[in-house]
Amino acid sequence: MNKKHLLFVLILVCANFPLSINAVEPNEILKNPQLEMRARMLSKNIRCLVCQNQSIDDSNASLAKDLRRIVREQLVNGASDNEIFDFLVKRYGDFVLLKPPIKPTTYILWYGPLFLFIIGIFASILFLSRRKKILPEPPLTNEEMEKLSKLTVNRNKN
Amino acid sequence: MGRIFYLGPLILFLAIATYFALPIIKGNDPRILPSVMINKPIPNLDLLPLLKTKPGIDQNSLRGDVRLVNFFSSWCGPCRTEHEFLMDISRSKMVTLYGINYKDKQKSAIEWLNNLGDPYKNIGRDSDGRTAIDWGVYGVPETYLVDRNGRIQYRHVGPLSAKVFNEKLAPMIIALQKNTNE
Repeated sequence: MNKKHLLFVLILVCANFPLSINAVEPNEILKNPQLEMRARMLSKNIRCLVCQNQSIDDSNASLAKDLRRIVREQLVNGASDNEIFDFLVKRYGDFVLLKPPIKPTTYILWYGPLFLFIIGIFASILFLSRRKKILPEPPLTNEEMEKLSKLTVNRNKN
Repeated sequence: MGRIFYLGPLILFLAIATYFALPIIKGNDPRILPSVMINKPIPNLDLLPLLKTKPGIDQNSLRGDVRLVNFFSSWCGPCRTEHEFLMDISRSKMVTLYGINYKDKQKSAIEWLNNLGDPYKNIGRDSDGRTAIDWGVYGVPETYLVDRNGRIQYRHVGPLSAKVFNEKLAPMIIALQKNTNE
């Protein structure tokens, strides 16, 4: 491998480790580092409704920026995490939360996989227990033994 | 019994596939959110007027009659698409339109109305977008149907068109206006 190849491989490797970048702009950051940390944690669980699969912490959309500002404002005013989530859910619904709350309409989402897993276990137990019964073959009958020995004898002659 | 047992997964798969395929076939956009504000009173608002000639919008200006509240902006492409139709609604006098100018420069918004016409009765300025967030707006244009008690009855996300208006909004507006007369 010559130097050119090595450089190429290096570039490829580096391209696979993008720096962790978020959309928070310097002027948005709170002076109180503890509050800022909480703001970041909250923002990571709030969906940007414009880009929908990004959190407001990741998104550059102007709505995401406005929501980040509101989160920080409320934190400075002493709001609890739940109060901030409630504020947003009241306006945008549960969809604004990236981690959906556990309630009757989301039971299937939260417990569905466990349910399917249990069904899978039962199905495999059933399947395997049936297979065991099939496995032991009955011994060959005399007739079959004779046939077999004839075949093997013929083969030896050839 | 055995055959049905083996067909089970296939049937389950078909059921799930149908469930997910239906919205695609019907052409529903999954990104459009249902509003959680339906049947709720309009949020508190007090917006400064955009024009000197027309008042802004507050809690009281949206009571007493069936109204459409339209969030728009001069920088928003789809708003331009729907504007011609908003003018049609305004000329038909079927329902009064109220405009909320979302995160816009006052000068650009006034220019926009001068060029394209002004379909609104009142126009309020939501320069920081806070009022829009209170309404659950996540992208202009959005249009809300407000009944005479100041409750939100319907929200449309995206540009209004004759099709949307005739199929969805017009029947609701007529029903709500009838209620007023009783």
